[in-house]
Formats: sequence, structure tokens, C-alpha cells
Amino acid sequence: MRALVFAVYLFLYAPIALVVLFSFNAGRSASEFTGFSLAWYGKAFSNTFLIQALVNSLFIATVSAALAAVVGTLAALAIERMGPRMRTIFDALLAAAIVVPGVVIGIATLVALAAVFSVINPAVASIWPGDRPPQFRLGYASIIAAHGLFSMAVVTMIVRARIAGLGRDIVEASNDLYATPLGTFRQIVLPQIMPSILAGFLLAFTFSFDDFIVAFFVAGSNTTLPMYVFASIRRGVTPEINAVAASVLVASLILIFAARFLMREKKARDAGGAE
Amino acid sequence: MALQAGTRRSLVTAGLAAPAALWLLGFLVLPFLAMLVFSVGQRAPEGGYMPAFTFEQFLNLPARATAFANTLVLAPLGAMLCLVVGYPVAYYLAIRAEPRHRLLLVSLIVVPFWTSLLVRTYAWMYILGSRGLPNLLDMIGLPDIRMLNTPGAVLVGIVYGYLPLMIMPIYVSLEKLDRRLLDASADLGARPLSTFIGVTLPLSMPGVMTGTALVTILLLGEYLIPQLLGGGKVFFIGNALVDLFLQSRNWPFGSAIAVTLVVVVVVVLAIAMRIAWRFAGTRRVDLV
Repeated sequence: MRALVFAVYLFLYAPIALVVLFSFNAGRSASEFTGFSLAWYGKAFSNTFLIQALVNSLFIATVSAALAAVVGTLAALAIERMGPRMRTIFDALLAAAIVVPGVVIGIATLVALAAVFSVINPAVASIWPGDRPPQFRLGYASIIAAHGLFSMAVVTMIVRARIAGLGRDIVEASNDLYATPLGTFRQIVLPQIMPSILAGFLLAFTFSFDDFIVAFFVAGSNTTLPMYVFASIRRGVTPEINAVAASVLVASLILIFAARFLMREKKARDAGGAE
Repeated sequence: MALQAGTRRSLVTAGLAAPAALWLLGFLVLPFLAMLVFSVGQRAPEGGYMPAFTFEQFLNLPARATAFANTLVLAPLGAMLCLVVGYPVAYYLAIRAEPRHRLLLVSLIVVPFWTSLLVRTYAWMYILGSRGLPNLLDMIGLPDIRMLNTPGAVLVGIVYGYLPLMIMPIYVSLEKLDRRLLDASADLGARPLSTFIGVTLPLSMPGVMTGTALVTILLLGEYLIPQLLGGGKVFFIGNALVDLFLQSRNWPFGSAIAVTLVVVVVVVLAIAMRIAWRFAGTRRVDLV
């Protein structure tokens, strides 16, 4: 049993380790390690296309995760206050946002935006006073909105779970002591749900930063880091991609450990309160 | 003018829900409706969409039968493989592992799931590619073994990518299990195997169902794994969709396939929930 479990951990980590190892390979070979070198990292990160893709991804992930964290938290608070019928509708839509495959979300967003743009752009052009009317097209905003849809639903679920475990007595005490509703929220509720909001933000960031398929459809002429990596892989496996891949891995490892740390803090505090 | 408390309350609720509601309407409901409209349209001669009302796109679905067949065979098969590999791990983590190591061991399972699937799949391109394992096998006298671009490679990628998602729900259901039941079973003379079959396995069924349903549903929409490890030979519905939208620009046909994919996902989900309900039901009867 032990051996089997050990084998599974090996199975999970050996391939990742291999990619990281060969990103430090001095030679071009993908199967023979000929010496330690950081050359491929230097080459990868002096590539302006790669840097642009990285900046795009960081920007998109930050904005979509921040929006998702705020909107998702508001939604979680709203659902608590809703009647059963509205709550069912909201729950169903949020579940759909999570369950519908990314490839379908990408396609549906592409199709809908293409249809909307084909109506709006001529209309704006016809009433625009100047020569060069603004053109709505796919870009940062469409990726942010499409990523944020899934992330917002995830944040809502995480924050709701936290709210469900929250003691109502302390909120009532605060109200009895004449705190305003906003005051109660700021001083009692928000501090308690903050770790789950942050964890939701980090998960949302990781999702957006790693997503390929949704961005593939709605990115327009922009390129995100996963899109860049995908395009490079199709051109052939090189140590340069290994360097990029290893960097992506390390970045998401840091994020996920941060998210888990925050969730653990929360659990530890819960356990402390129960004692 | 002071608003009545009830009105004020529902106004605040509406205000809190409004951003999320707009987001869901604008980027989930509206796109899905647009996709439905496109799916009954026609392909414009230069590509894209031409308004029409026809079901010819849906009647044309058999043209992509291979993609549907691959997906509907390899997705459940992949989920089953994840289950076979994942169950013992979840069992070990929940029942056998030392409590002080448990958190670390569980973290080590979850973490890869949140790192880039693209990079993790790329790692297997590397291993199964001609310079990887086949090269090693060649050295020990087994030449000309092709691994990449086979169904086997896709299945390896699937297990690699989705194993954590299978292990976690099973682990959670096993961890909740009351250890005294296992002791009671042993005290009453049951062998370890019959304790497992009679007590542990039935009580972990909700986790097994959740994991299997999750993995199957996510796999139905998979694109990267068949694209990178199947190399155009073992393709899923997701790959057919990318091809239709970004290469041949047949948007109405692509929309029809996407709508069908959503229907398949909903059907699988409904079946899974029905089975899960049944398990929940029998358990309740057993306990009372």
C-alpha cells in the first residue's frame, strides 16, 4: 500500500521535476543532461513577445480576480438575504458558470460578442462626429469578463461556505449595541470572511493565469502566456519552453501555497474558537 | 421620505446581487442564447454566420461522430482509471497515514491540480515523445515503439491531469468515516477485506460518485490533453470545436456541436445526481 502511494506521488512530481531539470540544461538535447546553465532562462526572458504575453497575463489575471473577488463576495452576501426562488435561480446560474466547459464558454462569448459588435460598431460609426469612430473588438476586456465569470462563481461558493459557518450571535450583539449595518459589516463580518475572499482571489488569479482555452477564443489579437507557450510547443519542444514552463510552475506553486496557507489560517482559527 | 424597512432590505439585496446578476446575464445567459441562435443558422460563404432557421447543422452532427465517440469513450474510461489509481491513495491518506503527516501529504496531492495543465501536459509530450521513453526502450532493444499520439498517451495525460480531483472527494468522505465502525466490524470477526467491502467502500460511495462525476464532466470539454498528446489523431469534441471556429470558420455547425456538448454535460450531471441521491437515500434507510 505504502509503495503504491509512493509511486503515485512519484508519478505526480517526476514529470514536473523533469521539465524543471531540463530547463537548466546547457545543451539543446531533451534527453541528455550536459551541464548546468541558466542560458535558456536568459534567452526566454529576453524575448519581447514572451514578456508582452507575461505582462498581458498578469494584468488580465489581476483585474479579473479582483473583480471576481468583489462581485463574488457581494453576491454571496446577497444570496444569504434572498428568498428561496431567487436563490434557486442564482444558484443554478452560478453552478452553470462552473460546470459549462471552458471551450463552450469561450465559443459562446466569441459568438455573442461578434454579434453585438456587428450591430454596435456601424451604429456608433453612423453617429460619430469625427473621422475615426471607436471600434469595439475582442481584447483585454473580453478575456477579463470571460475569466471573471468562472472566478466570480468560485469566489461566491467559497465565501458562502464561510458565511454559513459564521456565528450569528456576534452579528446580533453588534446590532443590539447600536452599530449601523455598515459598521457591523466592516467590523464583524468582513474581518471574518476576509481569509476566504483572499483565498478566492488567489484561486481566481491562478485560474486566469493558467487558462488557455477561454482566452484562445476571446483574446482577439492579444496573446496571454499560456497562448504563447501553446504556440511555442506546436513549433517544437525546446529547452527555452522548459525555462518558461518551469517559471510558470514556480509562479503558480507560490500562489497556491499562499491560498492554502490562508485557508489553513481560517481553519486553525475556527478550531481555536470551538475549543 | 423614509423607506419601509422591508423595501429597504430588498433594495440592498438587489444592489448587492446586481453586479453578479449582470455578469451572469451578459457573459453566460446572453452568450448561450446567441449560440443557440447561431446553431440554427447557416455558414456564410466567406465563413462566419448567416441568419437562417434550419436544423441542418444538427442533422450534420454525424460528420463529427469520431470526436463524439472518442470523447464519450475516453472521458469515462479516463475517470475510471483515475478512480482505480486514486482510491487507494485516498484510502491511505484518510485511514492509514499518520495524522501529523496527513496535511502535508494531502497538500502535495492538491497542489499540482492548481498548476498549469498546459505545462503538466507538456511534460508528458516530453516523456512520451521520441526522445523520451521510446528512446530509452530503443537502447534496451525495443525499437520503434510509438507512444505519443495514441489513445494510451491521452489516457496517461488524463490520469495525470485529473487524479487530484478524484482523490480529494474520496479522501473527504473517508476522513469523515467513523473509525469505531471499522473497529466494530473487526471485533465482530470480519476479515479486513470484508470490513472494506461491507463498511468502508459503501460509506465512501458519495466521494466516489462526486469524484467520478467531476472528472467525467470536466473531461467532456477537454481540449489541451488530446491536442498535445493525441496529436490530431485522438481528438475530442473540444478539438473539433476549435477546428470549426478558428480554422474552417463554420460557426453555425460549431455552435450546434457546442450546444450538443452542453446537453451531454447536463445529461451526465443529471444521471450522476440521480445515482448520488439513491446512495444518499439507501444510507438514510440503513442508519434509521
